[in-house]
Amino acid sequence: MKRSEILSRLLVIAGVLLVLSVPLAVHFYEGQGIVEIHGRMAESGGWSPNSIHAQVGVPLHLRLTSDDVMHGFAIGQSDMPAVDVAPGKMTEVTLTFNKPGTYTYYCTRWCGPNHWRMRGTIEVSGGSSDAPQPVSPPLYMTLNLNIDAPHPAIATPTERPSALRGAAFAAMLSSSYLTNDYYRAHSPSQAYLDLRADPALSSLSNPNVWDLVAYIWQSTTTPEGRAEGQRLFARNCSACHGESGGGDGVFSASVNAQTGKFPANFTDPASLLGASPALLQGKILRGGMGTGMPYWGPIFENETIWSIIGYIYTFQFDEVQK
Amino acid sequence: MRSELTRFSVVKSLLKNRWPQLFGFIVMLAGFLYAIMTGFIGTPVGNNNFSTVFVWIAWWAILILVAVPFFGRGWCAVCPIPLPGEWIQRGAILEPPSRKPRRLNLRWPNKLRNIWLQNLTFTLVALFSTVILTTPKVTAVVLAAMLFLAVGMSIVFERRTFCRYLCPVSGFIGLYAQTAPVELRVKDKQVCITCKGKPCYNGSAAGYGCPWDVFPGGLTKNTYCGLCMECLRTCPNDNIAINLRPFAADLGQPSRKLDEAFKAFIMLGAAMVYAGVLLGPWGELKSAAYSVGTVAWFGYVMAFLAFIFGLLPALFWLAVKLGQVLSKSNVPARHVFAAFATALVPLGLMFWVAFSLSFVLTNASYIFIAFSDPFGWGWNLFGTAALTWQPYLTTALVPLQTLVLVGGLLWSVRTAQKVGREVKIQPVPVIVFSMLVTLVMLGLLL
Repeated sequence: MKRSEILSRLLVIAGVLLVLSVPLAVHFYEGQGIVEIHGRMAESGGWSPNSIHAQVGVPLHLRLTSDDVMHGFAIGQSDMPAVDVAPGKMTEVTLTFNKPGTYTYYCTRWCGPNHWRMRGTIEVSGGSSDAPQPVSPPLYMTLNLNIDAPHPAIATPTERPSALRGAAFAAMLSSSYLTNDYYRAHSPSQAYLDLRADPALSSLSNPNVWDLVAYIWQSTTTPEGRAEGQRLFARNCSACHGESGGGDGVFSASVNAQTGKFPANFTDPASLLGASPALLQGKILRGGMGTGMPYWGPIFENETIWSIIGYIYTFQFDEVQK
Repeated sequence: MRSELTRFSVVKSLLKNRWPQLFGFIVMLAGFLYAIMTGFIGTPVGNNNFSTVFVWIAWWAILILVAVPFFGRGWCAVCPIPLPGEWIQRGAILEPPSRKPRRLNLRWPNKLRNIWLQNLTFTLVALFSTVILTTPKVTAVVLAAMLFLAVGMSIVFERRTFCRYLCPVSGFIGLYAQTAPVELRVKDKQVCITCKGKPCYNGSAAGYGCPWDVFPGGLTKNTYCGLCMECLRTCPNDNIAINLRPFAADLGQPSRKLDEAFKAFIMLGAAMVYAGVLLGPWGELKSAAYSVGTVAWFGYVMAFLAFIFGLLPALFWLAVKLGQVLSKSNVPARHVFAAFATALVPLGLMFWVAFSLSFVLTNASYIFIAFSDPFGWGWNLFGTAALTWQPYLTTALVPLQTLVLVGGLLWSVRTAQKVGREVKIQPVPVIVFSMLVTLVMLGLLL
């Protein structure tokens, strides 16, 4: 064989090998110690991988990319700010966990009808050998509430209750009504019946009593909490329940197509005024009910859930300061 | 009016020498394999993957806006697809080896010695184009399939049968190469007639017999000459020339082949359908074209096929028939139909240029992003990975497209008049046809 032929063959082979092997080698080298997570709409598989292991105190390097549409990435019950995961781009995140446990990562962008199913878990082991902290059961379990049962309001107001008007009668109200324990364990319609039966309030008209209920619901929450609840509701709930709480969000039709039910309508007094904060807590924590409602237990801290619930009741009650 | 480029010894030496072409092949093969690899293992996001961006934006822009209009089959001269197959077939990469390897070297069946199969393969690709264009893996599968098919055919058949009879790209490059201002021709046909052994076709120690199965002495148009330069190397009489010539010099000799006529319809129709589907505002049409396998997609396929193989040729046939009636001509309608289809060659090319201008200028910014981060792995090779999408020359686009389409129409009218004189048939109905489809294309693009 001629030298020129040998050289030409070597050049072709070298060119091919170079172009195929160099990128792979670089990628392999760069990928050492890094977990690459691909985000896809839940209908196409969600996060991949959807289960990661990490060690307490050892930085976990993640490279996030989307294979289809814009996603977001956040860790439930943590302070880590959500990051965008753009299609075809890499986002790098480094996490360090101080406590062992199971952490949930989830999508923070409304990427599709089953967006909420885009979740994965990080199993963090090692670290402290202390016994795990005892966890108290959520209120809805303590109260033994059946969160799947219908909860129609026993009574409904003839006009929209106002906390501002209710404040005028606040002096007549027993302080026992203004506790978190009372507020969280009672639905507004139960509270109305309790107040209606209270001899100290017998002089008040029915609308005045409803105004007092609104006052109680506002007094047991804070403006900051309700503002936080509004922000979280807009980000996590409004796609199904609608920005105005009417159960008419952009995904309501697809929820209906999947489950035969529409998302809860918080502007309907007959429904919301029959639900206690503890009942709503159960629904948010556990989800389900055959309605397509996601479970938010691994995502939201307890106080965060109370903030959202505080905001939800503003769909029924006028606040002093909106 | 011709100007022979090969009279300059530098040009001739460069073209005869195998090394420059080999370097071109190696670079192209590397790019081709890289595109296949990025398609398979890179991000599935089309606008961030080298595979889709390189092939359907960068390569396509160069091919349709520069290579074909100015160099005809210039791309075929460096296309890497035949290289691996030819290596096996010839047993060498450079000069012919002293011992020829034993291969089947079958002749391609006579009945398939036309471009009907290329019409079919192009149509097949066109039907799936929305998915191929946007899905890196599918792009990679198509590229790999072409490579494997070319290798397989080189093992079984003689010469470049894949390029000549099957390649979906080669078919339309050949059609539009007729308009290019570059040609390979013999200097003196008499020399070819008396040449012993015809090494340009049969090969010799200096080079291989024409891989495109063309006898250069009989070349009258660019359609089937792949500009591989083998005849320049093998001709013992220095009788091969590369010429500069006026644009569209080949269109003076109208085609008589129906397969070529239908290639013109397929290309013309496909440009119009793409303009509607890819650039138009009809979401349902886009969804139907993208939803391969669904009822809507089958509807799209039927409409596509009916438009290209039914409506366009039928309207054109009516125009040709009307011209015949007006001219009281007895020339067989089939011949006149094929001859007048030549007028659709410049029109179709300009339709593709106008469509591609819009497509390419809108998406060209992805080239910088994908070249810096070809796999979507977070690389930034040239510092351009973080650029955001932005369309270019938006204000110049519409005037440019209008100019191109009107220019294409005038070119088509001129060609129709020439064909009309040749076949002695009134060209006005064909000109009206060209005007109507140009108006539709203007409406779709602007």
